[in-house]
Amino acid sequence: MRQSLRIENLHASVDGHEILKGLTLEVPKGEVHAIMGPNGSGKSTLSKVIAGHEAYTVTEGAVFLDDLNLLDLEIDERSRAGFFLAFQYPHEIPGVSNANFIRAARQARLPKGQEIDAVAFYREMYAKMDELGMDRKFTARSVNEGFSGGEKKRNEILQMMMLEPRYAILDETDSGLDIDALKIVAQGVNAMRSPERGFLVITHYQRLLDYIVPDVVHVLHDGRIIHTGGKELAYELEEKGYDWIINEPVAA
Amino acid sequence: MPDSATLEAVTIDQDEGNFSYPEDYAHDAGYGLDESTVDYISNIKGEAEWIREFRQKALKVFFAKPMPTHWASKDLENIIFKDIRYYLSKGQAPTRSWDEVPDDVKKTFERLGIPEKERKYLAGVEAQFDSEAAYSNVKEELTKEGVIFVNSTEGLREHPEIFRKWFGKVIPTGDNKFSALNSAVFSGGSFIYVPPGVKVKHPLQAYFRINAENFGQFERTLIIVDEGAEVTYMEGCTAPKFETATLHSAVVELVAMKDAKIQYITVQNWSNNVFNLVTKRGLAHENAEIRWIDCNIGSRLTMKYPGVIMKGRKARGEVISIALANDGQHQDTGAKMIHAADETTSNIVAKSISVGTGRSTYRGQVHIPKHLKGCKNNTECDALLINASSRTDTYPAITVRGNQHATQHEASVSQVSEDQIFYMKQRGLSEGEAMSLSVNGFVNDLVREFPMEYSVELKRLIDMEMEGSVG
Ligand SMILES: Nc1ncnc2c1ncn2[C@@H]1O[C@H](COP(=O)(O)OP(=O)(O)OP(=O)(O)O)[C@@H](O)[C@H]1O
Ligand SMILES: [Mg+2]
Repeated sequence: MRQSLRIENLHASVDGHEILKGLTLEVPKGEVHAIMGPNGSGKSTLSKVIAGHEAYTVTEGAVFLDDLNLLDLEIDERSRAGFFLAFQYPHEIPGVSNANFIRAARQARLPKGQEIDAVAFYREMYAKMDELGMDRKFTARSVNEGFSGGEKKRNEILQMMMLEPRYAILDETDSGLDIDALKIVAQGVNAMRSPERGFLVITHYQRLLDYIVPDVVHVLHDGRIIHTGGKELAYELEEKGYDWIINEPVAA
Repeated sequence: MPDSATLEAVTIDQDEGNFSYPEDYAHDAGYGLDESTVDYISNIKGEAEWIREFRQKALKVFFAKPMPTHWASKDLENIIFKDIRYYLSKGQAPTRSWDEVPDDVKKTFERLGIPEKERKYLAGVEAQFDSEAAYSNVKEELTKEGVIFVNSTEGLREHPEIFRKWFGKVIPTGDNKFSALNSAVFSGGSFIYVPPGVKVKHPLQAYFRINAENFGQFERTLIIVDEGAEVTYMEGCTAPKFETATLHSAVVELVAMKDAKIQYITVQNWSNNVFNLVTKRGLAHENAEIRWIDCNIGSRLTMKYPGVIMKGRKARGEVISIALANDGQHQDTGAKMIHAADETTSNIVAKSISVGTGRSTYRGQVHIPKHLKGCKNNTECDALLINASSRTDTYPAITVRGNQHATQHEASVSQVSEDQIFYMKQRGLSEGEAMSLSVNGFVNDLVREFPMEYSVELKRLIDMEMEGSVG
């Protein structure tokens, strides 16, 4: 059995437009891969298709989470199977406190009839909030409602830390974060790096990758991975932009 | 967390030992309604002549009054009055065995955490507690303080000097067809009197449940809180599912004397064949406060508009209401605020949720006449639609004459967005869980107004409704 998040020749469309056009990518367990690519190239689409958003139709290809065929599963089943998506634009849930939301998500992972130990839950959440420099008042506030851009991103990482996925995609988690927050969030992610976990980090800026150092960097353009390299690729892209890759003939 | 005394006070009527049984039982007025039905009820209760006359007069008004179909749902026409039993008291032979009780009803009991011993009554397996509701005993200390908490029969029989004065005065018999019906056949319900200055610490509570098939329940409640006194009353209803229509038509009158405070809390969960047509109104004297906190879940059709007549200067009225209309249900709810003195203040916050083909209607009436000064009203109504087929309507009639008043009105209609549900499911919640969490979030600020035990029950009821409503 291959221990990886595998995307094989994925084609997906929305409202009749094909956005992903044969995307292939593998993130082995224990590695951190980065995806960079111009606006509109399909990065968020990829993450939502993997999560199972119903607006997208997969017309070809497959996605595997270790030995699980993800596309066969419901959105929530994918999550409980160990897939987490830190959203580029996290949604607000009016009236539902952050603590209750995370608790419900944790509860959903327990066998029927088993109840969360509330005291232990809060202790753990407070510890993780401390790591992320989040004020305790965020437990009582409605999920993401009125949060600043950076606060929302931190809250995504908090949820990830509480749900402990096997594989996670971080969609532009760095955008909206100030320098200090960026370091804190990166620390949080680095603390979660382990041989048992894989990350796919979507970003526009090499800066994030100074803090979360990737094993592999991919370039996504027009719905396909058109270039793959080591961590130094990020510097090259930062310096030269995408044109030099886009204009070179596609390898596969 | 509420203190242990509060917990005890609110759970007291679940103890078998606290039920009080009347001397004789096994009375059934049979099906249909005429003068003899009314006499039958009056005889059994051994009522004074003035009550019998009150009932007979009300019966005539009931027959004379048309159905309020000009604005209400046509569904009212489906009530077949002759197929209804108007009086039934406990001791009836069990009509079914526990094995015959449908599984979904059993499951409902379990989910609601209804104690084992209550389930059998509720399912109609054991002798029932229908017309003469089971009452929790007023604690000794309250009795010492002069608080009276009895059922309507006893109230009228033992304390006419207190109750007669206000009985049928806040809601006259002819207020509407169903208040007339109730006035003719009422049975059960609470009569409460709180003497001047007495602040009742613990909420008084009664449960009403419809148990017998085709059994109309017509409880009558009158609460009089004397000068400077305070009380909170809680009413909860859960009913099992039966196949034929059931009618529930209560009348609740509240009287708050000068500086008094009354809070009346209802959480109801009727089965979806119940017509729930209730008239509730309070009269607030000078500087008195009446709050209706009302939560309507279930029923086939609910028509209920708790009201406050602010008769004295600086009186305050408030209605906080939550309505959930599931598939095939219609919640027609709202509030009536009648300002009848200077500097009176009213507040209405109504939230409704429509699921599937469910329909919720907000119907409000705020009346501030020209000759008054310094009155205030705030009305907020928010509707949440769950599906494309769900429906909501708002009819906020605010009549404000004169220019020395402040009124404010806000209304909103929203829908749980697909992206919100996607976000929640991505965290591992099922569709049903995501829905209930969203709906609970929508009503969350109002649920906080309910006492702890009720807010927990309410949350569970909403979970059940939402889980049942998706795939
Ligand atoms: N409903 C739709 N109909 C047509 N095109 C759509 C629809 N939804 C998204 N798209 C297009 O899909 C393309 C990919 O969008 P996506 O959000 O995946 O880009 P991205 O790589 O994440 O960009 P960014 O870097 O700006 O976040 C965009 O061109 C977008 O306009
Ligand atoms: Mg994007």
